[in-house]
Order: sequence, then structure tokens, then C-alpha cells
Amino acid sequence: MVNLGVKIHDLEFKNPVLTASGTCGFGEEIADFIDLSLLGGIVVKGTTLKHREGNAYPRMAETPSGMLNAVGLQNKGVDNFITNIYPRIKDLDTHIIVNVNGSTIEDYVALTERLNELDRIPAIELNISCPNVKEGGMAFGISCPSAEAVVKAVRKVYSKTLIVKLSPNVTSISEIAKAVEGQGADSVSLINTLLGMAVNAETRKPVLSTITGGLSGPAIKPIALRMVWQVYNAVKIPVIGMGGIMNATDAIEFMIAGASAVQVGTAIFIDPTIPVQIVDGISSYMECHKIQSVNELIGSLQC
Amino acid sequence: MYMKKTVIDFLLLENKKLNKDNFLLKLQSPIPVSELFPGQFINVEIKDASEIFLRRPFSILDVDYTNNTISLLVKILGRGSKKLTDAKEGQNINAIVPVGKSFTLPTENDRILLIGGGSGVAPMLFLSKICGLNSAKVTVLIGARSISDHIDISDYQSFGQFFFTTEDGSLGEKGYVTNHSVFTANLAQYSKIYTCGPDLMMKAIGKIALQKNIFCEVSLENMMACGFGVCLCCVEDTKTGHKCVCTDGPVFNVNELKW
Repeated sequence: MVNLGVKIHDLEFKNPVLTASGTCGFGEEIADFIDLSLLGGIVVKGTTLKHREGNAYPRMAETPSGMLNAVGLQNKGVDNFITNIYPRIKDLDTHIIVNVNGSTIEDYVALTERLNELDRIPAIELNISCPNVKEGGMAFGISCPSAEAVVKAVRKVYSKTLIVKLSPNVTSISEIAKAVEGQGADSVSLINTLLGMAVNAETRKPVLSTITGGLSGPAIKPIALRMVWQVYNAVKIPVIGMGGIMNATDAIEFMIAGASAVQVGTAIFIDPTIPVQIVDGISSYMECHKIQSVNELIGSLQC
Repeated sequence: MYMKKTVIDFLLLENKKLNKDNFLLKLQSPIPVSELFPGQFINVEIKDASEIFLRRPFSILDVDYTNNTISLLVKILGRGSKKLTDAKEGQNINAIVPVGKSFTLPTENDRILLIGGGSGVAPMLFLSKICGLNSAKVTVLIGARSISDHIDISDYQSFGQFFFTTEDGSLGEKGYVTNHSVFTANLAQYSKIYTCGPDLMMKAIGKIALQKNIFCEVSLENMMACGFGVCLCCVEDTKTGHKCVCTDGPVFNVNELKW
């Protein structure tokens, strides 16, 4: 029997496979397909203080080995989450992590304070990297001073595990990672989507209503792996890796590059059973390679 | 009974070319498909096509509840549908099923008008078959560009009275479905109108149904990534905000839409 347990700060996960925010709703949406308790954790849909309708349709464009999205954080707001969703998912036998978004630092703080009251939410993922909103979002994550400011403010009001989700749309992701570590982040998760664009040659119009959108899927995996490896070497806090993970081998590669856990995102759109297949696949790999604890994989890259 | 959404490997029993760009694919399900209704669809993986990343949604033409087979009408519209129609009988077809909500089934006092355009004919034929009404109460109006775009409907003929339009007049009346005498003469005789086809056609029908205060359901086909309500890409801007076409629809009452 192999040991799949990993730790992010004080929080123990039964295995290193989480579902990524915005790709599995609140978990319930994929409960027909898989037993959610087999997951290490579920990062639920990006939540804001107030209801957001998101961007206009069209919001999606298929690309070679991936897709662009421009959803724009459509969600019903934190009150709806606490009143209607939380009671239904709080007793799931897996960690529920809320992805936290805001247009201003005050928004992030107010939202975090609300979530801090929820016993069964052991961690938040502070999203300072959404490329699809006009205000806030990625704007906080692309400079060290603004990233520091938002993490510092949220850290003051949040006592549980604070994960900060980083943008790849920067010159040096390691610098941003170090900046948020310096303000008390317990972990960093990366990467969010890469800013991209699609054009319709027939109409000469952009495919997305917002012109640009976030690229995800296997197309971005090499970039994500590189960034995970760079950040792993730059900070002491654990790194959660994501970006184009489609199978167990992909997940293992991220862990070797330095990820303590991984998130599976766009793959869920193709097949919502993939996250559980990845958990099984990691077990098989470990048995095959006589690895007892999955922690032996983390950062084991031999250069 | 609720049918759980499942990722299933179907066996392709039959792949039949119906006309120049329409194919009928008959799939054998390994599990019972007793809870699949007109308007619902299946989201199909396109194998061995490196340029295709996402599944492709196809509406259901027919279900054999006894033998657990599903028939799809696949019209070649792009790379995904083209690749699917190249599939060989005996091959596995992986799909997520069921997806979406069905049309509201009529009650026994209804007189219904079903209007299909292009590949939107599929759920209309399926509905004509299983709505449980006497054929005298079911009128089916099918529109296409030309006679060569129409598919053979003889298997469904006994379920309703069928009428055709073509833009070039090569079959039935010339013009669009909204120009057809069935539509223009006495629309008020129908208690429910159901339609599936190009957006412009459904909008034209929906507007008139709204004016005449006739119950009308339409089936939308916005571009989607997942098909089960998590990506939030296929949203329609309705009177009550953005709704997912894949899970809140694809069937909507025109009353809900900003048409």
C-alpha cells in the first residue's frame, strides 16, 4: 500500500490530486461521474463578494491542444455560496477550498472574512491572476507591490491555509512567488491561464466577446512545468502545480518538477473521471517504481 | 427516473450516409438508456484527431429503449463532425450521456406543431415519435435549402402530418418555414410549437409565437466546452441572467429568452 498523503502548510490531503477552480463547479456538478471523496480536494468556482454575470457570449474558442475561455468569474456571490451551496457540500469527505476574487483589496478582505467563519473550508485560494475581468484579478498578480499588498491585507484577517494563485503572464513568476511568500502566503498555486486570442479569418472578428481570453489545456503544460520548477527553487512554501494535466504521468511530472500537489482543470471538460484516474495512476506508478510515499517525488528532478 | 450522467463507450452499430452531408450513426449502449428524451443530446469524443480537443455535442434522433440503442443525425459542419462520420462500424464511440433537458412533452389535449430546420430535424422526429399523441394532432414542418438536403423521414411518417419547404422550391412549398401555409394560415390551432434549427429560423418562429401567445420551446446550440455545466462557456443571456445551454437548456421556452 503506497502513501499518497501530502501536506500543504498545516493541511493534510489524502492524495495530491485536486480539481481546479472553474472546472468542476462546486463539485456537485461532477458527482454523477465520480466519488468526490476520492479526490485530495476540490477548489470550487471563483467566488466574489457580489453576484457577477460574467462576460458576454461567446466565451470559448477551441485551440490546438487546448481552449481559450473568457467566462469572467460568473458566480452568484458569497452570500449565495454560504447560504445555498456550503450546506450541501460541507460534509464531503475531501477538502473544499474556495477560490477568492475581488476588484479591490477591500473586496478580497471582506470576502475572506466571510469565508474565515466557515468551519469546513480549511483553505482559500486567493486568485490574483484571473485574466478575464476588467478590474482587479490579474492586475494584482502581475506586479510585486500589488501582489504583496493584497496578500498582506488578506493574511491579517485569515488564520487558515492561504494559497495564492499566480499568473503566468509576468516576466518573472519567481519574483511574484517570493513577494507573496514574504507577506505570509502558506502556498502558491500555478499557473492560471495564459492570455491568448483567437481570430475568425472569414469575418475578421475576434472569436471571444472580450477579444482576449485565458488559454488552458495541454498546450500550456511545458510552460506550467517550467514555472513550477522555477518557483519551487525560489520559495520555501509548497507549490501546487497545474496547467494542462491530462493524466497521471503529467501529474507526476509536475511533482518531480517541485509540486507538492496538483490541480486538474481543463481535462475535466473532456472527461470528468480523469482526476480519479490520475489518483489511481499515481498509485500504480509508485508501486511500479517501489516508491512508498508520494512525497519522495516532490522536487526529485535530477539535473 | 433520473439517469445518471456517465462517460460511456458505445459500440458503433451502423454508420449510414443519408445524403451529401448527413449521416445516421446508431450506437449500442452497454447500459440502459430508458431515460433519454427528445431535446437531450450526447457529447461525443472525436478520436485520433490531434487538432480536435473538445467533445462535440449531437442531438438524439431516436432511442430504441428495448435494445438500448441511440441514433444520431450527424451533419458535417466542421472538422469534428467530419471525423465522426469517418468512424467505422464496430468501433467504439466514447460519449457523455445524457446531457441537457428535454422538450416539455405535450399532454393529450395538445395539438402540436414541430418545426425542424437543417440538422434540427432530429429532435423533432424523435418528439413526433414519442410524444404519445394521435398523428392527427401532430404537424411536422421541415425546412431545408433544397430537396438534396432533406433526409428520408419515412420511418416517422405515421406519427404526424408532414410538410416541407425548400428555399429553391425543389420540395414542398418554396421559401422558409415561416412562409409555409401551415405556419401562416391558422397558427392559433396549435397549443404548442416546438422548434430546432438555425437561430434565425427559431427567432422568427419564436417572435410570432410570442405575439400570438402560443407556448413555444426552442433548442439552442451555443458553443460549449464541457456539456455538464462546469465551464460556463455556452451561456445564453436570458431574462433571468446567463443560463448554461448545456444544463439549463438546450431547450428554452421563448418567454425566457431576450428574443
